[in-house]
Amino acid sequence: MKFSLGKYLLPTYVALAFIFTLIPIAYTFVFSFNKVEKSNIVWKEFTFDNWLNMCDQPVVCEAFGNSVAIAIISTLISTALGTAIAIALGRYKFKGRAATNLLLFLPMATPEVVMGAGLAAQFLNVGISKGFWTIVVAHVMFTLSFVVVTVKARVATLDPRLEEAGRDLYANARQVFWRITFPLLLPGIMAAAMLSFALSFDDFIITQFNSGPETTFPKFVYTAAARGIPPEANVIGSLVFIIAIAIVMVVQVRASLRAKKLRS
Amino acid sequence: MAFVALGQGSSAKKTELTNSSRVAFILLAPGMIYLGLFFLTPFVSLVITSLKTASMTGEIGMYDYAVQISNYAYAVDQYLPQILRSFAYALVATLMALLISYPIAYFIGVKARNKPLLQALLLTLVIAPFFISFLLRTFAWKQIFSNESPVTQFISSLGLLAEGQYIIGTDFAVIAGLTYNFIPFMTLPIYTSLERLDIRLVEAGADLYANPAKTFWKITFPLSLPGVISGTLLTFIPISGDYVSASRDFLGGSDTAMIGNVVEANFFRIQDYPTASALSVMLMAAIVILVSMYVRKSGTEDLL
Repeated sequence: MKFSLGKYLLPTYVALAFIFTLIPIAYTFVFSFNKVEKSNIVWKEFTFDNWLNMCDQPVVCEAFGNSVAIAIISTLISTALGTAIAIALGRYKFKGRAATNLLLFLPMATPEVVMGAGLAAQFLNVGISKGFWTIVVAHVMFTLSFVVVTVKARVATLDPRLEEAGRDLYANARQVFWRITFPLLLPGIMAAAMLSFALSFDDFIITQFNSGPETTFPKFVYTAAARGIPPEANVIGSLVFIIAIAIVMVVQVRASLRAKKLRS
Repeated sequence: MAFVALGQGSSAKKTELTNSSRVAFILLAPGMIYLGLFFLTPFVSLVITSLKTASMTGEIGMYDYAVQISNYAYAVDQYLPQILRSFAYALVATLMALLISYPIAYFIGVKARNKPLLQALLLTLVIAPFFISFLLRTFAWKQIFSNESPVTQFISSLGLLAEGQYIIGTDFAVIAGLTYNFIPFMTLPIYTSLERLDIRLVEAGADLYANPAKTFWKITFPLSLPGVISGTLLTFIPISGDYVSASRDFLGGSDTAMIGNVVEANFFRIQDYPTASALSVMLMAAIVILVSMYVRKSGTEDLL
């Protein structure tokens, strides 16, 4: 093509950029097999031990369990609240739309340290002691806007005539919602829930400010970094990575199969 | 991904809106009340805390309500280098991320447009770093930049490092870590913009004897601007408040602390909540001012 910056320059640059982005992932994976004496900074010797005994460092697995529990609970809440908002924005006329949009945009444009310190200051002033549930509260707060944005994109693609047809056939409002609207929104809601889970699971800064003595996986890694992160943390990180990639692959393969079916 | 959705602006097709404020209110109320309670009022708490004064009892971590505006002067006086450094780091890292991300986004959105499988694979690679914990990724860079790592030894053998000079703890290491962590936030919105670029416009440019560089700067780049703007905002804002990369336990050293590190230290180590809050308020104010100036200048106010 005429407008290309030389035929090989761009692909080479892109390949190098991808190598750069993938190196740390490879490092995390490789060092999960390292035999560690003092710290997991330098490569010593290959071993499967870390994978076989990943809960030998009990704190690692406990922190991991907490992170999963917090991510599940906060995802359920923020997906429910966010979906309702997305439907209201996509379907209804109401006063104060601009203010609503601004309030939803702000959490995405605020640095985490500001949201984290603000909420922590509030808990401090009100006298609430921090722990598991204050983390959940914080996570719902910062994931909510992302859920709204994701589900709203799906609401915009809905054909209102399908709902009209339902009403014409004497379905009441509840039946129309659960039999027509909800199933059509489901892919968007699932995508939002997955994003919300990922954001909650990996959050560190907001969590640190609002967790008190409770540990989560990222918080454990941060605290452990001073002494050296145990290889068991690399095992869990690699495992999460493999599961997430597998889910993405399945979703994409299913989407492309569906597209193929539609074409034939 | 939401980041992709963010880059789309107001392109969604308009559907007829139902006029029922009552239903809308029922749907909106729980979520908006939630944000009011746990997102908006914390700002008020932050401002109130930033004006408190040390308790009469002299106990550590105890403060009385007051209107001590001098807390702000104290925070600026004490931490001006860290404040300036945060914005300098964020600026350089955002530009670096743009330089790395734009070609990737261009390749996936324009060059690979007719190869859906390749496109899907490359997009998965772009978001792959999201699937490994942010802290583990940053720690991996600590391993890569450590004095014994093959990468450091290679750089050293090229004579780029003086005897006894380290990479960890330098501005370079921190900026590299910051850049790395936010590349997907830059790539995805630019990709969304470029994906919708009409190739015929580029071809028209070439037909009218514009050289490739001119076609790029006059056609492709301006059309991708909405993506570039959302990408730079999604990168600059979180970087300016980050404190993991610059932490001494990760990539930082004695002279790399950013605002986030100072807020963290004041909040947790010395429990100086007023100073931590004053710094947070100033960070937020600076970002609001910078972002609105930037958005106005680039003429894409409808993006918000």
